[in-house]
Amino acid sequence: MNEVKCECGHVNPHGTVLCEACGRVLDEKEKDRKLVDMRYEGSARRSQTYDKTIVDKIWNFFSSVKVGIWLIVITLIASALGTILPQEMYIPPNIPPEQYYLDEYGTFGKLYVEFGFHNLYGSWWYLILVASIGISLVICSLDRVIPLYRALKAQKVSRHEGFLKRQRLFGISTGANSNIDLEQIKINLRDKRYSIREEDGNLLAEKGRFSRWGPYVNHIGLIIFLLGAMLRFVPGMYVDKVLWIREGETKAIPGTNGQYYLSSDKFILEVYDKEKDKEVFSDALGKMGAVAKNYQSNVTLLEREGDAIPGEEPNLKKVKDYSIKVNEPLKYDNYALYQVDYKLDELDKMHFNLINKKSEESFGEIEIDLYNPKLKYELNKGYSVQLMNYFPDFEFDENGDPVTKSPVPNNPAFIFKMFTPDNPEGEVSFVAIQQTVEPFGDNEYKMAFAGIETKNVSALTVRKDLTLWVIGLGGAIFMIGVIQGAYWNHRRIWIQPKSGEVWIAGHTNKNWHGLKREINMVIKDTGIHEPIDQTQEQEKKIS
Amino acid sequence: MAEISSNLLYSAFIIYLVATLVFGGAIKDKKTEKEKKQSKWAVMGFGLTILGFAAQLGYFVTRWIASGHAPVSNLFEFTTFFGMMLVGAFIIIYSIYRTAALGVFTLPVAILVIAYGSMFPRDISPLIPALQSDWLHIHVTTAAAGQAILSVSFAAGLIFLVKAVDQTKSSKQTFWLETVMFGLICTLAFVIVSSVFSGLDYKESFNWVDKKGKEAVMEYSLPALAGPHKGELLEGNFEPIAEMPAIINAKKLNTVIWSIGGGLVLYGLLRLIFRKRVAALLRPLVKNINLDLVDEISYRSVLIGFPVFTLGALIFAMIWAQIAWTRFWGWDPKEVWALITFLFYAAFLHLRLSKGWHGEKSAWLAVIGFAIMMFNLVAVNLVLAGLHSYA
Repeated sequence: MNEVKCECGHVNPHGTVLCEACGRVLDEKEKDRKLVDMRYEGSARRSQTYDKTIVDKIWNFFSSVKVGIWLIVITLIASALGTILPQEMYIPPNIPPEQYYLDEYGTFGKLYVEFGFHNLYGSWWYLILVASIGISLVICSLDRVIPLYRALKAQKVSRHEGFLKRQRLFGISTGANSNIDLEQIKINLRDKRYSIREEDGNLLAEKGRFSRWGPYVNHIGLIIFLLGAMLRFVPGMYVDKVLWIREGETKAIPGTNGQYYLSSDKFILEVYDKEKDKEVFSDALGKMGAVAKNYQSNVTLLEREGDAIPGEEPNLKKVKDYSIKVNEPLKYDNYALYQVDYKLDELDKMHFNLINKKSEESFGEIEIDLYNPKLKYELNKGYSVQLMNYFPDFEFDENGDPVTKSPVPNNPAFIFKMFTPDNPEGEVSFVAIQQTVEPFGDNEYKMAFAGIETKNVSALTVRKDLTLWVIGLGGAIFMIGVIQGAYWNHRRIWIQPKSGEVWIAGHTNKNWHGLKREINMVIKDTGIHEPIDQTQEQEKKIS
Repeated sequence: MAEISSNLLYSAFIIYLVATLVFGGAIKDKKTEKEKKQSKWAVMGFGLTILGFAAQLGYFVTRWIASGHAPVSNLFEFTTFFGMMLVGAFIIIYSIYRTAALGVFTLPVAILVIAYGSMFPRDISPLIPALQSDWLHIHVTTAAAGQAILSVSFAAGLIFLVKAVDQTKSSKQTFWLETVMFGLICTLAFVIVSSVFSGLDYKESFNWVDKKGKEAVMEYSLPALAGPHKGELLEGNFEPIAEMPAIINAKKLNTVIWSIGGGLVLYGLLRLIFRKRVAALLRPLVKNINLDLVDEISYRSVLIGFPVFTLGALIFAMIWAQIAWTRFWGWDPKEVWALITFLFYAAFLHLRLSKGWHGEKSAWLAVIGFAIMMFNLVAVNLVLAGLHSYA
């Protein structure tokens, strides 16, 4: 690697445009320019210097801000495409997506699914886009921050004439040195919180250099955020389950490996009441109808004691009682339980009477727990009912045979065998809601419907997410970096007396208006003239 | 309390209108500009703006007290709050740069935003369980503040373009600038048409058949140019000109047709009367503007607004989503469009810093950024179905 030695004696790395120490223009091409390009202080960036090997080429590709911007813009457009129709996760889960999108949105919906846009954010190409942005963040930052740090550290107070002349803000004040009050300037600069360095009568006033690191800090934050998002795929870091629980039920909490159990005491749904709630709401409530006020599950969290033994009832110890509401999840041991859904008045038990069809005399009532029916129900004096088959969610299949769609008792049906002293062999009867079939001819007895019991069911999401702190850390670092870079500016003012003249030059990484205003305040009554904004001068000449 | 509240909002609206006119006076009266002193008109305009802001703040506080929650929970409340934040952001930026033209462009945008919001149901409604959280106040107010500061960049960009785009010949630039003006005029048309028909208490209702083949009743508050699928007029006496297929929401489309139609009429009248492009018409307002300065105002607003927007619309949003919806991110359309806004302004900053996109290019970007935010406010709530469709 051939280093470049500047006339001032400072040794710069190969590829440097402006000497890190004195600012002299080292690159021949730059010498003809009216103004120097102050981005990254004219330091030697790897990407601008090497272009030989494959590594160089990859590095150069990802270090380009142009590529970075393209990646951002493509991601932006892709993200927008995914919002035209709802994503797969928001459609009803029991319909195949091809069917759903075709039914709801016609041919356009069909094409949407064919392109895979219904699951756009989980698609391989979207993930590659995000990953490329991540790589671009790392390489862009490394390519710039190291040389920038070197250059800002090596900068000397005395700068080369060519450097000063080619600053955007530059001015020469003539007149006797005695008229110009450098001491007053120093006081003014200190008042404005500049830190001042002096060398051979030259001044460098500088403030807010730390804002130059803002972009790199926020990029680090983003990288941590993206890594946090990837951590979710590490086994054990993330749990996303749903627990449907009926009132009075105790169930193992899925995703906790049988360590925790939950028992539900009650699910409560409250709606706003025109009469009881605030009067100001009455107009709105009159128009909108029922508005939900609260969804709440009163539960008890239980923990298993000892090892789980298959087939044996677990030994449970109460941890705590809690009322889970929306916005108030139950949190314990990295797990959180959220109120997400409910069903009111789900069938829970059914009652039947065994009666003689002719006399309508009842020989006892049975109660069937629809979630846990018994095989045989004994009634008094020689009467009993055997449950031969049970279909919780009954329908007929294509052969006309009874089947069940799901284990949930939405439409229960039963095949009973009724044993009575008259028919000790038993009579078979098929009973569903509003219908009774007697497959082997007329029976003497029947199971007469005698009422139902219902319960509310609550759906809770079980969540464990050990990646949250990483994501939070990334977000916090990002915010610090963005604020650091956006709300502070790096300002430098050079003042150099030169044989009867005083040269002044100013540079800021942004907010030139602020710098100009500040320079005006600093040079007030000191005999130095306001420097000229050379960019505006150029524009005026062009126009 | 609710009564006082709506009166305060109404007064704020009127005061903003007057303040705009006074700022206009400040532009005519430009002799004092060289002396670095503000003209009397500009001081008055600024004072009025602060008065209007105070009145709207009064509306906000009294409505908060009346309802027991921050009034940012439906489209009317959020949009008017966004308008208030826009005025607030203007007050901050104006106190740094003192450019009267910024008032002439920002305040009308804020007025339009507030008027637009007022076309939606204004009843004070109770909060559904998902919204019952302090994060409602924290997330929504910060997000709106961020969007408002970013919108000032749009106003500054617009000033830049009105001044910089050559109006002597027609070009791509004049076309797109007129498109922006037309968009603003359509919003105005929407406000006028909606106000007129709601003032007349106009109603129409239809029996119609939805896409599942079910019969339902649809009520219109504007004359139905686009009628619903197999619509049968029950009330009112205006027969629709065209009938829409069931898959299209005919009522919303009808409103869009009215807004664009009204916008065309207004725009056409302006062009006929003045024989000039609308942007050319506005040109005298910006004749004393320093392009470099408005460019800087536009950039500065993005720099100030971007961190606030990120904090409110992404970070606070994620924290709340984790609490209320069990996950910090779920690709809901509103979330995605907040991400798109973030990505867009990130690209804006990179283009400016690294590719040297200053001046006109940067001004166009500020316009596009505002269009994205308005899309997120209007279309995502009203057209794309999602978790944020409260109104």
